[in-house]
Amino acid sequence: MNWFDWLNSFLSDPAHRSGPDSIANRVLEHLAFSAEALALAALVAVPLGLLIGYTGRGLFLTTAFAGVARALPTLGLVTLTVLLAGVGDVAVLVPLTALAAPPLLVAAAEGVRGTDPDVRDAARGIGLTHPQTLFQVCVPAALPTMLAGARTAAVQVIATATVAAYVGLGGLGRYVIDGLATRNFPTTVGGAVLVVLLAVLVQLLFALLIRFASPPGTRTVRVDDHAGTPALQKESI
Amino acid sequence: MLDGEPLIRWHWLGDHLGYLGGLTADHAVIALVPVLLGLLLALPLGLACTRFPRLYQPLAAVFNVVYALPSLAVFVVLIPWTGLATQATVMLPLTFYALAVLLPTTVDGLRAVPVSVRQAATAMGYGPWRRLAAVELPVAVPYLIAGLRVAAVSSISLAAVGALVGRGGLGYLFVDGFQRTFPTPIFAGILLVALLALAVDLVLVLARRVLAPWAGRTAR
Repeated sequence: MNWFDWLNSFLSDPAHRSGPDSIANRVLEHLAFSAEALALAALVAVPLGLLIGYTGRGLFLTTAFAGVARALPTLGLVTLTVLLAGVGDVAVLVPLTALAAPPLLVAAAEGVRGTDPDVRDAARGIGLTHPQTLFQVCVPAALPTMLAGARTAAVQVIATATVAAYVGLGGLGRYVIDGLATRNFPTTVGGAVLVVLLAVLVQLLFALLIRFASPPGTRTVRVDDHAGTPALQKESI
Repeated sequence: MLDGEPLIRWHWLGDHLGYLGGLTADHAVIALVPVLLGLLLALPLGLACTRFPRLYQPLAAVFNVVYALPSLAVFVVLIPWTGLATQATVMLPLTFYALAVLLPTTVDGLRAVPVSVRQAATAMGYGPWRRLAAVELPVAVPYLIAGLRVAAVSSISLAAVGALVGRGGLGYLFVDGFQRTFPTPIFAGILLVALLALAVDLVLVLARRVLAPWAGRTAR
C-alpha cells in the first residue's frame, strides 16, 4: 500500500460519503468550531487591542502576555480543560478561544499603534473626536495588520481543533485520531490531507481579504535602497 | 470529570523527578535540534535570497504557507515515509517550521548592513567571504537571535503535539494524564514546556548580549 492507495481507499469509503462521518460533515464541523472560537476571541480581543493600541497603555504587557501564550502547549491546555470541565464541545471551545485571542489582541494593538502619528494629529486637527480618529483613521490603516493577526489566529485554531479531536471534538481531526487509534492509516492520512488543504484554503482566503482591505493610501511599498532588491509589498508580513 | 481526584498530587511529582527530567531532555532534543537545522538551512538560503533577490518573494510565500500547516496533520502525512513514533516524523516538520521563521529574519538581517559599510569593507580589501564572516553576519546577529527566539518557543510548544504520533517528549504527559483522568502530569507537562521555553529564551537573550553587545533592548 502506498500513500495514494491510502488516499483512494479513504475517499472511496462509503462511510465518508454520507452520514455523520462523511467528509462534508467533518469539514463543516471543523469550520464551524474554528469560526466560533475565532469569533468569540475577536469579540474580546479586538476591542481591547484597539483600546491598548490607541492609548498606548499596556502595550508591553500585551506583547509579553502573547509571548507566554505562544509557549503554552495546545495539547496540554485541551486535555486539562476537558479533564476539569468534562467532555463536550463547549469545554473544548475554551482553550480554542484562548489560543486565538493573543494574535488578534497583538495585531489590533500594534496595528493601531503603528498608524502614522502625523496622520493621527491631522485627524485630531481637523476636529475629529478620539472615537472618530480611532474608527475612521486608525482602524482602516490597521486593517491589513489586524487581518494578518486574524490569519495567524485562524490557522492556529484550525490546527488546535485537529488536535482537540483527541479529547472528543468532531471535525477533520476525528479521522486523524480515530485512524491512529485503530492503525487505519488510510483514514489518518486522508484526514490529515484534508486538514492541510483546509489550512491552505483559509490562508488564501485571508491573503485575498488582506489585499482587498488595504486602503489605497496604506499600500505602501517598502523600497529597499541598500541592496537594490525589488520592492516588498507591505502585506507580506 | 474528576471524581475526588485532587488537581495536583504533589507526591507524584516528587516520585517522578527522574522521569520528568528524562522527558524534558527528550523534549529539548526533539524541539531544538530542528531549530538548529533550520538555522543551518536558513543561512545559505538567506544568502541566496540577498544575492538573487528574485528568489525571496516566492520562497517567502511558500514558507508562509508551510508555517501555517497544522502540525499534527503534517506529522501524520509523513508517517508512511518516516515511520510511526520515530523522532524523524516530528523533527522533520519542526525543521521546516523553524526555517519558515528564520528565513525572513535572516534576509532582514543580511539586508540590514548599510551599503556604505559594505563598500567600506570592500575598499579595505575584504573579499566576499571575509566580508560575510566579519561584517555581514555580525550585523545580522540580533536579527537571527530574534528569529531564533520565535522559532525555539514555537518549536518547543509544537513538539508536544508529537505525543499523538508517539514521540512528543513532555507531550506524553498530556496523553498519559488524559487517559488516566489524572491531571497532575498535565499540569507538570504544561509547566515544564513553559519553563523549557523560558530557559531557552533566556539563553538566547544572553547570547545576544555576548555576541552583539551593541544591540540594545529594543532590537528585535
